[in-house]
Amino acid sequence: MATTAVFKIWRGEGESSKFVDYKTEVEDGMVVLDVVHRIQATQANDLAVRWNCKAGKCGSCSAEINGNPRLMCMTRMSQINLNEPVTIEPMRTFPHVKDLVTNVSWNYRVKMKIKPFKPRKPDAADGTWREQQSDIDRVQEFRKCIECFLCQDVCHVLRDHHLHEEFIGPRFFVYTAALEMNPLDTESRVRDLREDEGIGYCNITKCCTKVCSEEIKITDNAIIPLKERVVDEFFDPLTKLFRKSKG
Amino acid sequence: MAEYQTHEFDVLVVGAGGAGLRAAIEASAAGAKVGVVSKSLLGKAHTVMAEGGMAAAMGNVDERDNWRVHFADTMRGAQYVNNWRMAEIHAKEAPARVRELEAWGAVFDRTRDGRILQRNFGGHRYPRLAHVGDRTGLEMIRTLQDYGIHQGMEFLMETTMLKLLKDGDRVVGAFGYDRERGRFHLIRAKAVVLATGGIGRMYQITSNSWEYTADGHALAFNAGAALLDMEFVQFHPTGMIWPPSVRGILVTEGVRGEGGVLKNKDGKRFMFDDIPENYRSSTADNPDEGWRYTQGDKTARRPPELLTRDHVARCIRREVKQGRGSPHGGVFLDIAWIKERIPNAPEHIKKKLPSMYHQFKQLADIDITAEPMEIGPTMHYMMGGVMVNPETQMSNVPGLFAAGECAAGLHGANRLGGNSLSDLLVFGKRAGEFAAKYAKENNAGTINAAQVDETARKALEPFDRGANGENPFTIQYELQTTMQNLVGIVRTQDEMEKALVEIAALKQRASKAGITGNREYNTGWHTALDLANLLTIAQVVAVAGAERKESRGGHFRDDYPIKDAKWGGLNIRIDKAQDGGLKVTQVPIPEMPAELNQVIEENK
Repeated sequence: MATTAVFKIWRGEGESSKFVDYKTEVEDGMVVLDVVHRIQATQANDLAVRWNCKAGKCGSCSAEINGNPRLMCMTRMSQINLNEPVTIEPMRTFPHVKDLVTNVSWNYRVKMKIKPFKPRKPDAADGTWREQQSDIDRVQEFRKCIECFLCQDVCHVLRDHHLHEEFIGPRFFVYTAALEMNPLDTESRVRDLREDEGIGYCNITKCCTKVCSEEIKITDNAIIPLKERVVDEFFDPLTKLFRKSKG
Repeated sequence: MAEYQTHEFDVLVVGAGGAGLRAAIEASAAGAKVGVVSKSLLGKAHTVMAEGGMAAAMGNVDERDNWRVHFADTMRGAQYVNNWRMAEIHAKEAPARVRELEAWGAVFDRTRDGRILQRNFGGHRYPRLAHVGDRTGLEMIRTLQDYGIHQGMEFLMETTMLKLLKDGDRVVGAFGYDRERGRFHLIRAKAVVLATGGIGRMYQITSNSWEYTADGHALAFNAGAALLDMEFVQFHPTGMIWPPSVRGILVTEGVRGEGGVLKNKDGKRFMFDDIPENYRSSTADNPDEGWRYTQGDKTARRPPELLTRDHVARCIRREVKQGRGSPHGGVFLDIAWIKERIPNAPEHIKKKLPSMYHQFKQLADIDITAEPMEIGPTMHYMMGGVMVNPETQMSNVPGLFAAGECAAGLHGANRLGGNSLSDLLVFGKRAGEFAAKYAKENNAGTINAAQVDETARKALEPFDRGANGENPFTIQYELQTTMQNLVGIVRTQDEMEKALVEIAALKQRASKAGITGNREYNTGWHTALDLANLLTIAQVVAVAGAERKESRGGHFRDDYPIKDAKWGGLNIRIDKAQDGGLKVTQVPIPEMPAELNQVIEENK
């Protein structure tokens, strides 16, 4: 059954950008991205929107729908009240490019700075490694991340305090946790977490966990254990003593 | 004079999916200065959609597995019109490529003794697919991305190439634009690797993303490279078709394996109407026997819903064509009916098909334990592509290489599941290696400024026509309708010829496409530019399809429904002719060496 609904879509570039109203038909089963595509094909050919897989697997179509950070391809119209105009805005934490597209290149620069995977020498007879599934379960949870950057979008350290130069954000704590907890990895990133990556700024409000499109327990399973490692290495007197005695 | 930024590399890789990233890593390791152009953001390429795994005969789960079995399985699946040397290289090298991924940080599921776990898949004799749950593609692309960014290569994200630039016979660079600002980029390179994926967006119903607009196929073709096997398009019989947001997403064969049946709009189970002669003795002739088969009765024969994919898809299409389809142009796949046969059926279905239950519940608001699913065939993969040397992946154009879905050779008439991810790694690596070698042995060529100016001028034309021009989205939709209806899962000479007429008319209209707005992130403009590639290659697919007068693998013809031994020895090659038209050649498949023939015989 088709309903006519009003969508307020953020249009334009820079200072002059604003909400523009579009009226369009909405049918059963549509998702927000379908509506955006319909408006683009029929009323606004030049409407800028990023998307790829349309199945919640690539993390390209992140936006703020009625103020909620979501993937447009996984937000069904039936979840939304169509009696009121529906707002669709770009992620607000990143520099705006045009319409619904933001510049997320900061995330790619942050990742470059994190020390990469450094495995120990293969130690099985066939020149590979042996690992138990139970030892990698938690790493696999982190590796489900599709880099939609919604967690970065809602994190108040980035969104409200703009500490992009001192703080890497939830996505990269998850990334670091996946490396630190990988049984094969030999690198240590704990000092970096404390000194360069601002893990102390996170005050565990769990906003990131709530918006994660892969339902990764970002705060509980990644950030808190990393904070504990920082504490163990830098603030635990016994560890400190132990380190001193070892030189 | 066109304005553009200039970049210089030894090796330019176009595409940042599995094949492109693997090629870039290898070329960097060889000391080449590498640039990678990606149409989307890094890490978003279509490779992320792959679920099942990558096929590699490591023998971790069944020690009887080895390259010989994998080779024979691939040849059988390809119906013997693929390149046997590529199949041999692929089977031999895939295990090393998978282990390498682990050394770069991939975290695969494990066997009990701690090795990489492997799973069963259609057409593979032994459990062979290394995997990570049902998100193997994501693991692969993230591993290559996170390793690749530290190897010194340069990335140009959200950048699309419009033309390969030539100096005499050889390729010396490429010209294109970035999406964000709409600026032009001239990239000088001693060697170019195409790794652009497939062509799915010329079909209405596809599992492919918007990027799959036949870019690599068209870039190569326009630069003088030969295309091979372009008639072989893989359709999967059961994709979701409703709601529109999920049209094309695969519905696993497991639904039918658990007793799911196909029905038309009258509620009739139509698969019993047409059982091919050569399958009659192994197929149930009544619903009761079919049901018993799905419940593990070894004396029962399989239900007709589990006949080969091409046949099932053809029957679905027949129902739709004859007016017995579902409201949205498919048929019904019903698993809920088993409540007539077993107690607590809903619980049973949820337990056996958890992801299907979830997929339909979340995206279609359909409870598959209570109501039927609407499904139809979905275009899934392109077997055909750039003709390459099996060892080096170089095309017939010097300096131009291709790997992954946009290259032809490994999969022939039909690709086995799991052979795609391993294809990307094995031949991505080779393309990178030999492109770097070529770059070392050759100087940077000379850029033809006139060619650059002409490309830039044409690219900007849609702006001149503005709102008075044709809507590019409408043209793309119409092409999708043409290809879906006339060059789809079942083909005839008349329909393919009709498609060619329609494509020619669409080409005319595409040359009048107009767009409004400015050059910055203008999706209408991007769509207008993609049209040229889609239309060029749609024509090639239709011409190749009309040429092969038999049915084999992904190419099924109503007017030539039988596999023909004569065609089993031929590939169809298509080149751009001097006059801009198509030159079609039937190329005899080289004879297989005795030892490989022996491998096939011993695995029969």
